[in-house]
Amino acid sequence: MQERIALTGNEAMALALKQINPDVVAAYPITPATEIVQLFSSYAANGMVKTEFVAVESEHSALSAVLGASAAGARALTATSSQGLAYMFEVLYIAASYRLPLVMPVVNRALSGPINIHGDHSDSMGVRDAGWIQIYAEDTQEAYDNLIQAVRIAEDPAVQLPVMVCIDGFIISHALENLEIMADEKVQEFVGPFTPRRPSLLDLDHPVTVGPLALFDYYMEIKRGQAEAMRKAKPVIKEVGQEYGRWSGRKYSFLEPYQLAEAEIAVVVLSSTAGTTRVVVDELRQQGIRAGLLKPRVYRPFPQQEIKAALGHLKAIAVLDRADSFDGFGGPLYKDIRAALYEVPDRPRIINYIFGLGGRDVGLDDIRSVYDDLAQVAAGEAPEFSIRYLGVREEAL
Amino acid sequence: MRLVFDRPQSLADVQTHYCPGCTHGIIHRLIAEAIDELDVADRTIGVAPVGCAVLAYNYFNLDFQEAAHGRAPAVATGIKRALPDRVVFTYQGDGDLASIGTAEIIHAANRGEAITVVYVNNTVYGMTGGQMAPTTLPGQKTTTSPYGRDTDLAGYPIRVAEMLSTLVAPQYIARVAVNSAPNIQKAKRAIKKAFEIQVNDNGFALVEVLSTCPTNWGLTPEKSLRWLEENMIPYYPLGDFKVPKEVE
Repeated sequence: MQERIALTGNEAMALALKQINPDVVAAYPITPATEIVQLFSSYAANGMVKTEFVAVESEHSALSAVLGASAAGARALTATSSQGLAYMFEVLYIAASYRLPLVMPVVNRALSGPINIHGDHSDSMGVRDAGWIQIYAEDTQEAYDNLIQAVRIAEDPAVQLPVMVCIDGFIISHALENLEIMADEKVQEFVGPFTPRRPSLLDLDHPVTVGPLALFDYYMEIKRGQAEAMRKAKPVIKEVGQEYGRWSGRKYSFLEPYQLAEAEIAVVVLSSTAGTTRVVVDELRQQGIRAGLLKPRVYRPFPQQEIKAALGHLKAIAVLDRADSFDGFGGPLYKDIRAALYEVPDRPRIINYIFGLGGRDVGLDDIRSVYDDLAQVAAGEAPEFSIRYLGVREEAL
Repeated sequence: MRLVFDRPQSLADVQTHYCPGCTHGIIHRLIAEAIDELDVADRTIGVAPVGCAVLAYNYFNLDFQEAAHGRAPAVATGIKRALPDRVVFTYQGDGDLASIGTAEIIHAANRGEAITVVYVNNTVYGMTGGQMAPTTLPGQKTTTSPYGRDTDLAGYPIRVAEMLSTLVAPQYIARVAVNSAPNIQKAKRAIKKAFEIQVNDNGFALVEVLSTCPTNWGLTPEKSLRWLEENMIPYYPLGDFKVPKEVE
């Protein structure tokens, strides 16, 4: 029996953290993620969790501390946003290469400069190739569900990789929504006890060194191992999503299609903007326009085959990126989707929009304009262009 | 009628975003007065921090550069080395300077960079909502230490002025408070001196200013001033910790 309550995205993540009851949490305040760990620190102060809570002096130290804890055989987590994630950069790569099953909520926020506290995906997109699994949530329910599943995915013996669980800053982190939560003991049972894959530090019978020097002799095998682990994560993500469905009634996979099977044109977009897009799809369907939506949930590992199968039949696709690559060729999601469709014989036309940077609002009219463009591109009345910016005052450049 | 009190030229005539009773406004004014009196406004560059004072550039009629969290002393180093005839200062809180920016302040001080640092200590991360900082007093309640700072888990508050005064290169290091009229006068003298050290002696100077945070302390502005006096000053004693040799 699940309870239905109203929580913000941050509160839902803090609650999931409490129910996971990790051994060590180390964190540093940063808007808009601060609240997750702040709430968690009160659970720790009230003895509601067994967690060792460390208020460290920076995100660089936060991730280093949970990395140390994880190598020492503990289940360890932290949470961050934006500059905090950027400041963790070197440790992100180290955690992945050590194959430490860390889990980290990332409340997506624009990167400086200019300094900005609102939501976009430039932070997590900037570390998309750091070797972490990345899962994006559309709403508070998914934030909660993804965080609990992330523990199982990270710690699976075949995977042993760190996982980022991303939600949109303010739009989800600070917005109150109804969601269903599981009982504490059900979550505990689902995630299970933490068993380190390897002997932990200070096990004198099985002495180890974590992170020794590896040059041209072994470095490449270690990197190849990471790539293999990411490949093996795919079936695990799918299984965990199905099993979670049996526990909670909410099943998860790599992609969430909406009105896509019979569609001719479709938008691909991550996170909360999928909700706005779904409303426009409903409108267009009432007008007889065969519009659809694809919301990728898992971005790393990249679900190439699934995307090919989901989008290959369309006439035209618009990929919406909430981050830019500044390379004149489009956003990161666009290029990945475009590459995934390379093998489709009669491939769809594909266009890209950069939107919502620094929290720039994207409304129904913006999404409607995308579908208008798409209809023209599909009909061959407009060229297949690579990149447009939604809601920008081009005259102000 | 004779004008006896006016807004300093270097202080912008705008409303600030600071909370009622916050002492950032006083400290801004003291800096502006010092710059006016030294007549260096046309060659002064400020470096803004991350934290409550992130918008400091809006409140001074001076050129400013924004730094990433904790990096102001490193950014100021670069500006000063490129433009050695300019007066360069950083304005940083304890969540910035004494936490994520500990390395930068120690090494800028240790190199004896000719910059002025105004370090505002109010014992909490103000902008993010009053979390425990490295400067939070033992037993002090914050949003991440709801039963008070436990020194067994979180250690003791860092005394930045004392710590930096063990270094050889810095020329002037002082701690002041802005909780009373006499203390504000002393703070003014210290801040002015910290700019004079840069202008006249090309040396590193830091003034730690004990400040209030009524919003996150959960106290009225008046009670906050008393709390500062009764709790902060005993742990963070006021005075000069390092003075130029010729003054000794």
